Amino acid sequence: MAVTESAPGSVATLVAARRSARQQARAENRTLTKLTIGPSPWVRAAALAALVVMALLWLLPLAWGAVTSFKHEAEAALPASWWPTQGWTLDAYRQVLGNSELLGWMWNSLVVAVLVTALTVLISAMAAFAFSQTVFKGRGLLQFLTVASIMMPGQILIVPLFKQMQAMGLVDTFAGIVLPQIVAPVMVFILKRFFDAIPSELLDAARIDGAGTWRLFWTIVLPLSKSILVAVAIFVFIGAWNNFLWPFIVTTDPQFMTLPVGLSTVKNAYGVQYAQNMASAMIAALPLLVVFMLFQRRIVQGVATTGMGGQ
Amino acid sequence: MTASSTSLSAPVARPSRRSTGTRPRTGTRAVSHSLRAQDRSGYLFVAPFAVATGLFLLWPTIYGLWMSFTDQSLTATASSFIGFDNYVEAFSDPQVWTTLWHTVWFTLLSTVPLILVALVMAVLVHTGLPGQWVWRLSFFAPFLLTSAVVSSLASWLFQPEIGLLDVGLAKLGLGPIGWLTDENVAMFSIALVTVWWTVGFNFLLYLAALQGIPQQQYEAATIDGAGGWRRLFSITLPQMKTITGVIVVLQLLASLKVFDQIYLLTGGGPNGSTRPILEYVYDTGFTNYRLGYASAISYVFFALILVFTLVRLLPTKKEA
Repeated sequence: MAVTESAPGSVATLVAARRSARQQARAENRTLTKLTIGPSPWVRAAALAALVVMALLWLLPLAWGAVTSFKHEAEAALPASWWPTQGWTLDAYRQVLGNSELLGWMWNSLVVAVLVTALTVLISAMAAFAFSQTVFKGRGLLQFLTVASIMMPGQILIVPLFKQMQAMGLVDTFAGIVLPQIVAPVMVFILKRFFDAIPSELLDAARIDGAGTWRLFWTIVLPLSKSILVAVAIFVFIGAWNNFLWPFIVTTDPQFMTLPVGLSTVKNAYGVQYAQNMASAMIAALPLLVVFMLFQRRIVQGVATTGMGGQ
Repeated sequence: MTASSTSLSAPVARPSRRSTGTRPRTGTRAVSHSLRAQDRSGYLFVAPFAVATGLFLLWPTIYGLWMSFTDQSLTATASSFIGFDNYVEAFSDPQVWTTLWHTVWFTLLSTVPLILVALVMAVLVHTGLPGQWVWRLSFFAPFLLTSAVVSSLASWLFQPEIGLLDVGLAKLGLGPIGWLTDENVAMFSIALVTVWWTVGFNFLLYLAALQGIPQQQYEAATIDGAGGWRRLFSITLPQMKTITGVIVVLQLLASLKVFDQIYLLTGGGPNGSTRPILEYVYDTGFTNYRLGYASAISYVFFALILVFTLVRLLPTKKEA
């Protein structure tokens, strides 16, 4: 709530608080450095140098792609000099944005990823809540089936799933891309573990006050579980945004292609247009990279907690 | 796990309705049991997930198994039951074994560096050296790219003559190397790309585990006079054993499912030397229209994955 207050005093306090938190984190890092690798400046310098080298290596392909995307097409195809000698240009971006369906695919990807994330989180949280906080006939069996279906790798289902989508008339539709992706038994498992930790006194108190099960779910369980829900949502979103195999199988019409699928077709169409290739790669890479830079801490946490699959 | 087991054994009271009105008050423990037991709307909450799982996971699993015993084709609607013919064919089809080997070979090639490099990265970042934000961004950023972008970048780096790698080698008087065109090199190149692309994920898992080590242990060791190396080998690394086991299995499972980057970078070439089994399934089903046979190959592959998955579940069971 403090964030929405517009009084200048509170903003200043907020900024100050953030600053002091950052300073504190920095101080903690300093002690950590001392504790893990010791105070020796040589060791510290060596560790830092190793980090710098590795980070540069890891950024190199991206940087090289970015530089290429700003070159003239003719220069991009010459044996490489790092820096463009014929000047920087936005030609490749203009070409790609003007002639291709890149923005359309990006929009499709956004729609698909948002739908997959919203639906997955909703139905997984509901199921996890049911498993954790309610009793009903066949619960044990369903729970067993859920855990068992974690073992089922979606990749081996592409053949029957495609035939099924054909029969349901869902090939080349958003529903066909989205629906098979919303089944995430692992997420149910992760969320259930979290919901199990909610004190049942809290729920019982609300029940005694006459709250219905929906109310319990929406007003108590979900708000208490924000952190894990965000973690799961982040994880699902990244996966859905980047998913290639299933959308690739179920779409043939460019109108419905997601970004990864669309990009894979462009490669052939453009042939050896390196600058344009790199420009579309950069445009495709940008959204998630920006989101990551903005919410790094959250995303790192989310991926780390969810990535272990609740282990 | 505890909460679920208590409620499982709870006596199921049978209220006349699911109404949320007044409830009988008894002792607090009994309340907890009976209130939850009376709440019988659980099946409504589980319904959407159950329906989705049934439709898009269980049904295709059964349907695929059925299909693997038929001569179903992509174009025809009708098919006939042919018993184990597809499986007999699969076991004597050299392409099944070759592509299965490619998948396993890729898994072996990629898993080792994906674990070791991630661990080195995490240990270095965990030292708390300045620039935390930059390190995390550099190592994890590639993971946020989709396979199509990764493949574009990689094929540009690997480009013969004009790609950065060949140009760099030429400056050192080496190369050129047929990164993606030499049968003996292509799989290594793909593994290299994969390490670059996905190591950030394992790095984050390791980093989270490292951050779970209590600082007091380091402090105590420092007071006892343990040096930096000693602390690394006696405190940090031993505590990474459990998580390494988990990451290894997760990584094996992920690597076995390889398809995207190979399909996009080499299309399984040169000369079929990198084609993974999933691509063979894809080719058989969607290029040659033989869905029945493709399903049978899927299930042979599934058997392999199942072994790994069961291995993964074992330690979890022991804990519980």
